[in-house]
Amino acid sequence: MIDGALGGPVDQDYLLQARQMQAMSFIVHIPLVCFGIAFPAMVLFVEGLWLRTGDPLYKLLAKRWSKAMVLLFAVGVVTGTILSFEMGLLWPEFMATFGDVFGLAFGVEGFSFFIEAIFIAIYVYGWDRLPPRVHLASGVPMVIAGVTGSLMVIAVNGWMNQPTGFRIQGGEVVDIHPWKALFNDNFWHEFVHMYLAGFIVAGFLVAGVYGFGWLKGRRERHHRVALVVALTIAALAAPAQLLVGDWAARTVAVNQPVKLAAFEGLQDTTKGAPFSLAGGIEIPDLLSLLAFHDPNATVKGLNIVPAEDRPPVELVKYSFRTMVAIGSALAALGAWFLWTWWRHYRLPSSRWFYRALVAAGPLSFVALIAGWITTEVGRQPWVVYEVMRTDEAVTGAGGIPVGFVALALVYAGLVAIAAVMLRRLGRQPFHAS
Amino acid sequence: MLPELAAALALLALTGYVVLGGADFGGGFWDLTAGGAERGAPIRAMIKRSMSPVWEANHVWLIFLLVVLWTAFPEAFGSIMSTLAVPIFLAALGIVLRGGAFALKGEAATIAEARFLGATFALSSVLVPFFLGTAAGAIAAGEVPVGNASGGAFSSWTGPTSILVGLISVATGAHLAAVFLGADAQRAGRSDLVRAFRTRALGSGAAAGALAIAGLAVLNSDAPNLFDGLTSGLGLACVAVSALAGLVTLALEWTERFELARFSAALAVAAIVAGWAAAQEPYLLPPGLTVTEAAAPDATLVALLIACGAGMLVLVPALIWLFRLAVSGRLAYDDEPRP
Repeated sequence: MIDGALGGPVDQDYLLQARQMQAMSFIVHIPLVCFGIAFPAMVLFVEGLWLRTGDPLYKLLAKRWSKAMVLLFAVGVVTGTILSFEMGLLWPEFMATFGDVFGLAFGVEGFSFFIEAIFIAIYVYGWDRLPPRVHLASGVPMVIAGVTGSLMVIAVNGWMNQPTGFRIQGGEVVDIHPWKALFNDNFWHEFVHMYLAGFIVAGFLVAGVYGFGWLKGRRERHHRVALVVALTIAALAAPAQLLVGDWAARTVAVNQPVKLAAFEGLQDTTKGAPFSLAGGIEIPDLLSLLAFHDPNATVKGLNIVPAEDRPPVELVKYSFRTMVAIGSALAALGAWFLWTWWRHYRLPSSRWFYRALVAAGPLSFVALIAGWITTEVGRQPWVVYEVMRTDEAVTGAGGIPVGFVALALVYAGLVAIAAVMLRRLGRQPFHAS
Repeated sequence: MLPELAAALALLALTGYVVLGGADFGGGFWDLTAGGAERGAPIRAMIKRSMSPVWEANHVWLIFLLVVLWTAFPEAFGSIMSTLAVPIFLAALGIVLRGGAFALKGEAATIAEARFLGATFALSSVLVPFFLGTAAGAIAAGEVPVGNASGGAFSSWTGPTSILVGLISVATGAHLAAVFLGADAQRAGRSDLVRAFRTRALGSGAAAGALAIAGLAVLNSDAPNLFDGLTSGLGLACVAVSALAGLVTLALEWTERFELARFSAALAVAAIVAGWAAAQEPYLLPPGLTVTEAAAPDATLVALLIACGAGMLVLVPALIWLFRLAVSGRLAYDDEPRP
């Protein structure tokens, strides 16, 4: 048992609302993180094409994308700020008790954020004012910092799921090793999983926009270039994600057996556990095979822990399925494109491909959120896995529902206006000399 | 020693935010008060041009401050965020509205849209420093006890000291902005704007100074410990430096030497922040929690200081490059891509 640095649990009638408020804040911010990971690389790639070929079309495209990039970055800055504030506003006991264990990662993240903000400004506002090669080079720190920043946040999430680098002694946190906490067991697979998700979501959302134009008959060259670049990135990442997902699931099976049992809703510990598909079809031994690469492996059931230590099974189960189903479909769509490109060096001609592509953007976002629900709700009732519960972490302050509604209204306005402005950016005429 | 170093790091982040972030909020203040759409247009354009490339980087000082606090002083962080949840949440909402409106108003197509986003940007620019200031004032006045929301949800940050610090935050931000914008206008050769910002700088500088002097009387009755700290020893030295720097700034503004005034104005504000720290030393959360008691174990502090030391080696040259490019007018984009 842990005592909590601020004096232990308090009465909070609105724990669920606090969790929902946090979840809403993540849902708004995480797609922007995807753009923070992938968009700088896409923009730099296109600018690199310009420097190599001298074709002004590439420059115009990179410039246009960089405008959307800085807009999305700004929205990411403010929504990310809300997350930083909420760490303390909603979960002060969690921060007070464990901030010194996992905080180091956020220290590194803070510098990454600094570097990202500085170089994104130099890059976006430096077009035509810096020498071309210097301008391209100024984009490189932006790409690197976008990756290291998200890596550090992921490291903290990995730590919450697999807390290491400290001991509990007499209810107190002692013997802290911050570097050990930073490089926890979940560090690499969660990072690679999220990194690929960034390319899948940003890639398919951008490609989906151009796919929509394609269906409406837009065939200009810049349109085609934009489509191919965004689609290629997403199409390469999506099949790879299946392998990383397998790696992640096997790590969960070992480190968080109750979470894995929730993926399938497996009540009892079973040797050769089955996996049920939609419509009640059950495939024998599949869960054992997926989790341990052995059809006869024993998978622990939910009832290895008391009921109050189990996550909400249905939500986790269906989120997991949603993620896997959409992820597989996106991988298939990516493979379709890659195959056509490899065999015929052209885009697929079927209109169904483009219809699927338009759907793939929003669906990849749904899969992203479903994945986060799987890991975050699957961790419940713990904020720090098997160490501190969310009801021990929550604030004693009142007014959570009021704050929740206020933030929801502000976010609704922000998302709506940002969407209008992005659409307007996309409609500006594309001057090709 | 380690706790003091960590506290110095937090103080550096706070100073960075108060000076650079504060000036951006001050930009919003002058946007709000620039007058009608036509008359205020040149001033608003100057503010937009000056702020666009730097406001995100300036904002990161706040995130950096939060991170240092929750890593190096986690109990104090939890206590502050839970007791002062109301003003801090209002500031957070304001930060979303300010940043969102500023970033998006560049794409506004109609006067009505630009007005709506501009008003949101300007109004929230005034509210954020005010609420963050009330929170700082609450800490200084000893209204934040250790514990999960143990202090008064409203009474903790609505006392005279809180309101005073809130107002001073708005005034100093406005003053810094006027000075920085005056320098930008001078470099851009806009003598009409130089005059406009000269008036604003002198006015807001005088207001900030008057608030500070009146504030000492408020502190004498509302926060006597803080008052004693500010009127003796190192605290007094900081106050004196701030007052002197303030006077020098006013003289430089009078003679339109904005380049130099930027530094003295920043020094005046930084000295007040340092004076606050000196006045409540050795406490982090007066009257009970000292910096040493609040500090994380040595292993965490060492790791944080190493990470930040390494980070500074990258950050400082990058920031210098950004500011040099921004000051020399090489960061701005045309609204239409050139063919």
